[in-house]
Amino acid sequence: MIYTPSATAIAVFALFVAVTLGLSFYLGRRTRSAHSYFAAGGQIHWFVNGVAFAGDYLSAASFLGICGMIAFSGYDGFLYSIGYLAGWIVALLVVAEPLKRLGKYTFADALDAKFQSPGIKLAAGISTLVVSLFYLIPQMVGAGALVKPLLGFSHVVGVCLVGAIVMLIVVTAGMVSTTYVQFLKGSLLVVFSAVLTVLILNRGLQTQDASQPPRVAQSFDSALVLPNEGTAWEGRPYVRTRDPETNAVIVWRESEWGGWGRSQQAQPPAEAQTRPNAQEGSSSSTSAQGSLGAALRSDPSHPNALATIYYQSQTITTTADGKKLANGLPQGLGEGETDLFPVGTIVELAGDRDATGPLGPFSFLREMQQSTVLLWVEDKEKIRGVDGAVTTIYYPNPTSGADVMTPGQYFSGLRQEGVWYKLNFLSLMLALFLGTASLPHILIRYYTVKDQAAARKSTVVGIGSIGFFYVLTLYIGLGAMTSGALDVTNSNMAAPLLARSFGELLFAIISAIAFTTVLGTVAGLIVAASGAVVHDLLSGFLRLELNDHTKVRIGRIAAVCVGLVAIVLGILFEKMNVSFLVGWAFSVAAGANMPSLAMLLFWKGTTRQGIIAGILVGMISSLGWILLSADTFKDVYGLSPDAAWVPFSQPGIVTIPLGFATVWLVSLMTNEKHDS
Amino acid sequence: MAGFNHAPAQHESEDAAIIARNARVGWWLFLAYLAVYVAYCMLVAFRIDVMRAIGWGGVNVAILYGFGLIVSAFVIALFYAWLCRAKPSDGKERS
Repeated sequence: MIYTPSATAIAVFALFVAVTLGLSFYLGRRTRSAHSYFAAGGQIHWFVNGVAFAGDYLSAASFLGICGMIAFSGYDGFLYSIGYLAGWIVALLVVAEPLKRLGKYTFADALDAKFQSPGIKLAAGISTLVVSLFYLIPQMVGAGALVKPLLGFSHVVGVCLVGAIVMLIVVTAGMVSTTYVQFLKGSLLVVFSAVLTVLILNRGLQTQDASQPPRVAQSFDSALVLPNEGTAWEGRPYVRTRDPETNAVIVWRESEWGGWGRSQQAQPPAEAQTRPNAQEGSSSSTSAQGSLGAALRSDPSHPNALATIYYQSQTITTTADGKKLANGLPQGLGEGETDLFPVGTIVELAGDRDATGPLGPFSFLREMQQSTVLLWVEDKEKIRGVDGAVTTIYYPNPTSGADVMTPGQYFSGLRQEGVWYKLNFLSLMLALFLGTASLPHILIRYYTVKDQAAARKSTVVGIGSIGFFYVLTLYIGLGAMTSGALDVTNSNMAAPLLARSFGELLFAIISAIAFTTVLGTVAGLIVAASGAVVHDLLSGFLRLELNDHTKVRIGRIAAVCVGLVAIVLGILFEKMNVSFLVGWAFSVAAGANMPSLAMLLFWKGTTRQGIIAGILVGMISSLGWILLSADTFKDVYGLSPDAAWVPFSQPGIVTIPLGFATVWLVSLMTNEKHDS
Repeated sequence: MAGFNHAPAQHESEDAAIIARNARVGWWLFLAYLAVYVAYCMLVAFRIDVMRAIGWGGVNVAILYGFGLIVSAFVIALFYAWLCRAKPSDGKERS
């Protein structure tokens, strides 16, 4: 969709970003001139550090990705919330105290505390780089999704903008400035998400306005129907009609009647009706159209009930010369142009009501369960014309609230037979559970407080803040699902677009907070990655004697390189849900880091070679699995998912045990060598 | 770049009994949470009909269990922090 920025939104957004950057620069300068990292670390209060945990952790994936996934697929996005939070239990109860006792700074330092091995430095440094890069992709994608509706920039411009600002931040950022900025951002994100949730509950739920698209059709004026025979549309379940007024091509998806939830109250079938429609892209020209709600309330058992109905769908076509067409016309807001219409509605509420009025936290969920929601689905089989044009179709899919609120809408395999589907899901949940305690930029935060008691208390505060936010994600996601404001082409924009439905000011504030959170997370990741290059690879592995000035200079070059790579990847992965991408980052982190870390902390027989082998095997196998998976074939390579080499997409259930087994076996083998 | 201008964090000296006690408490609480988490994952993977069933307040089991996992993580974290406060020998608070 095309967005026009408002002056209020830009002003509020600019103010937030300026204050954040100013604070970051100010504290960063003070840190460098007055304190070393260690002195500053000892001074940070556990409560501040705890909320900063939330600021660090609640990145683009949590706010944009989870809310977006819930908005488009229901409960399945909430599975990520549960997995992300559960990971903190591992961090608090198993990893935090022993790691804190090792008294080191980086993940590689901690692993290497016992052995002083350049090989461990190399393996852990590479692992940190890879995990940071994987984690950077969704942050950059999220930044593009935020900037697009707020400032009207394209995704590419948004990603480049973030990259440029972050490279500026990295020059001055230190752990003290990052901590206080993350504290502020974490607090604001949680508070304003709570405000957004209160507004959602206060608004309640409403059914779709009959004048709004999409519409349903029962039959068509044959003069307006475009032939499918002999075209790429042949054999597909679509009818295309030409709107004589706008010349737009409306695509209608054929569907069996009664294949979705409906109320118990049967009514006579809806009469065919033709209504004028103010929305561009919808048509009043077909011979028998009606609102979706009216059609839904008709009785499928009635003798005159329809066997087949057609749902108005939306299309985006990319022509051979790169131009974008929306519903067959050039995409735009000018004369002779059209744009996609916003989506996200309830078509039926329990008791045949049009609106519920204000709801409580539980009654909101109950009403959702008893409603019928219009979800939108992207047809994975694109239409490829002989002229080189590629058309993507988005079609509505009325879905019962009971299905929306139950797992299996996004991870559809959960509702099917087949062990691979189940393993894929279990693999994801394992990676989320073990991934948090394997993320280098999260582990670092344990060293910013004075002792183990403070580390414990700050983790409790972090879990409280993060847990509260994750409960809110369910309401924000469902609120977006029913807001009528969603962009059908991009799930990542759901939360900011929901905020926009409550006004430009809230939209600007929420977007600005989310954007600055992305900035902070990206800055932290780039510092961690460039730190791995300087500290682990150059000083630790190559044993180069570098003075502080040289370290800073190389660190800056590394930061710029990592930033540029992140920009390119952020552009390439635009269409993928950011939470899904973070799931991959967790898988790589858990596969590469957790086995070595856990074995080092809890098994005395662990050897240097075991750690190195564990990291490399876990990392390479996780990366290889992801690159050969069906999701990558489909969404990255544009190939058929059936051609994938591995049976399911999430690697954790294979690669994490493989990492543990590698550390154990290699340690046993190398111990024996020493013995002999 | 301030991130490079740091010294390693301080090594802490702590009573070995406290370390052992905290580790033991941590492991037990971890195993308890793990059991609840694994049960949740298994129900989602293999018994969706159970997750779909309506529970307390007219809300389905999937939502209630999910909220329960989030709230119980916080409760366990609080409990752990509380258990780790007292010294095992004399019961005095240490933080």
